[in-house]
Amino acid sequence: MDRKTLFDKIWDAHVVRSVTDGPDVLFIDRHYIHEVTSPQAFEGLRSRGISVLMPERTTATADHNIPTLNQHLPIADPVSKAQVDTLEANSGAAGIEYFGIGHPSNGIVHVTGPEKGYTLPGMTIVCGDSHTSTHGAFGAIAFGIGTSEVEMVLASQCILQTRPSRMRITVDGKLAPGVTSKDLILYIIASLTTGGATGYFVEYAGEAIRNMSMDARMTVCNMSIEMGARGGLIAPDDVTWNYLAAIPGIENNRDYTRLANLRPWLKTDDGAVFDKEVTFDASEVPPMITYGTNPGMGMAVDGVIPSSGGSNKANGSFLKSLDYMGFKPGIKLLGLPVDYVFIGSCTNGRIEDLRAFTQLVAGKKKADGVTVLIVPGSHRVARQAEKEGLTEILKKAGFEMRQPGCSSCLAMNEDKIPAGKYSVSTSNRNFEGRQGPGARTILAGPLTAAAAAVTGRITDPREML
Amino acid sequence: MKREKFTVVESTCVPLPLANIDTDQIIPARFLTATTREGFGENLFRDWRYGKNGKPVQDFVLNMPAFSGKILITGSNFGCGSSREHAVWAIAGHGFRAVVSDSFADIFMNNALNNGLLPVIIPSATLARLTTQVLSNPGTEVRIDLERQILSVPGSAVSAKFPVNAFRKECLLKGLDNVDYLLAMKGEIVKFEPLWAQ
Repeated sequence: MDRKTLFDKIWDAHVVRSVTDGPDVLFIDRHYIHEVTSPQAFEGLRSRGISVLMPERTTATADHNIPTLNQHLPIADPVSKAQVDTLEANSGAAGIEYFGIGHPSNGIVHVTGPEKGYTLPGMTIVCGDSHTSTHGAFGAIAFGIGTSEVEMVLASQCILQTRPSRMRITVDGKLAPGVTSKDLILYIIASLTTGGATGYFVEYAGEAIRNMSMDARMTVCNMSIEMGARGGLIAPDDVTWNYLAAIPGIENNRDYTRLANLRPWLKTDDGAVFDKEVTFDASEVPPMITYGTNPGMGMAVDGVIPSSGGSNKANGSFLKSLDYMGFKPGIKLLGLPVDYVFIGSCTNGRIEDLRAFTQLVAGKKKADGVTVLIVPGSHRVARQAEKEGLTEILKKAGFEMRQPGCSSCLAMNEDKIPAGKYSVSTSNRNFEGRQGPGARTILAGPLTAAAAAVTGRITDPREML
Repeated sequence: MKREKFTVVESTCVPLPLANIDTDQIIPARFLTATTREGFGENLFRDWRYGKNGKPVQDFVLNMPAFSGKILITGSNFGCGSSREHAVWAIAGHGFRAVVSDSFADIFMNNALNNGLLPVIIPSATLARLTTQVLSNPGTEVRIDLERQILSVPGSAVSAKFPVNAFRKECLLKGLDNVDYLLAMKGEIVKFEPLWAQ
């Protein structure tokens, strides 16, 4: 019998046609769009004089370029406003469901899709955003695409795509107290490097992955792209199906009822072969931080910056990176004073992340001189935080909750970190200028971010539990 | 829709030999607010190219009069990070027709191919030699022949075969558009139901 990986099973089930000596024509079950990478695609359809082929398979959310304060007011920046208005107009004209600013289902595209039950096991899912890999947590093939490909999906519900190779990352054992799924994925990326999984689609497996909640799994899959992987998925199990079953109204979702029938089939067969296998021991993972300008430049929170970037070829980039950050090889960052803390984004903007952050800061006070941005990933997350009393606890500790959006993760809106300032951020990228021109980003998990928010320094969260 | 054909490009080069150049460097997020494909070229590598005062950074390669041309030579894992196609629009908008490296990020590569910007993958050793040669002699002309899939420096030993998917190559050579290809099989697509929906 042909033993297949889950990835290959899903891929094969979606191939409309294999182009000779070329890519596959892949049918897309679910397409998410947002304001930044879709306008040129709609413009393309107009210039061709065609309409959206299957509008019911696309969902639109405004998230990248919206303010996180005073969302009831019109967007102040006229160019940003025009971009969001364009998404609304394009969606309306095409008959695409649209979650605009203030809509109860609005939020970051990779947070709201799963909340609504639109992201399902066995699906092919794309979005003009590299963190579409997030949805792989449900056992879906989900990956980011460019605007030309958004146009392809709008026009034909298909995409031309070459099948990537397969990699399995097995994480045995248990994560230690004070260590989150964000720390695990930063640890994996630091080991494989920022381009180490390029050309691969990853399946995450093993005890540590199985023990994770859906929120934690989404954090892991979200950052697959940060090691270059096309995407990353986790085979659906009881955790997945229970999460889905609890979504209000899911029983009316026809895709869900059909896919639930395939439950026993949605797994990698025993003996299926991966092009590459990597194994990690979860118990060895410490709380992680990054020290450089790509997510692969990570180390233990109490670690020492390496003395070189490895091969001579990469050393120039390594030193340029440290220079940008204001660091030197061989130094520790523990105790470094920080200026900003950002908790949010499609990586760590879910309810469990806010719970973790709140748990650590409860009964303490925000450190003087640190600006803290707490941005829930969606309105649903914000409502849940309110309901659970997290918002109140945060307020007492001197923190203020903002309104949902991508915010400081990419700083397209006004939530920019000033040049030269250090930001401990639960987002996914520490690229130069990512959080604003000249901003210095230190990626971390929600507990390390919380520890920094109350001490004003890089602090080991394990000492505060 | 017809696109510009790619057959042979022969040009001097702009060397930017850094590894892991992400799309946030190619075009920073604050310039992504436009709703058209035009005008991104002027902000290509914006924060490396211009200082805080808006003045050109003299030692950045795009500001060096010695270096110009239609070919960008760069380092490993070029175009990693954000999927923004604006990065390709910025590179093409500046006038580049090809980017040469020993590896590219997956999404960037697809975006480039969809816009007629050729990602040329050559062995690391050849890339190192080519970079050195261009840095020491900015007048070096590089020839990229898509039909033969060969990058060479005429009159020198530098020559390398580069991989291109046959379908993509055909599209580039003839200036064909992928959306047209998909639209032509619409009948097949609307009848298609993925396995689980049957």
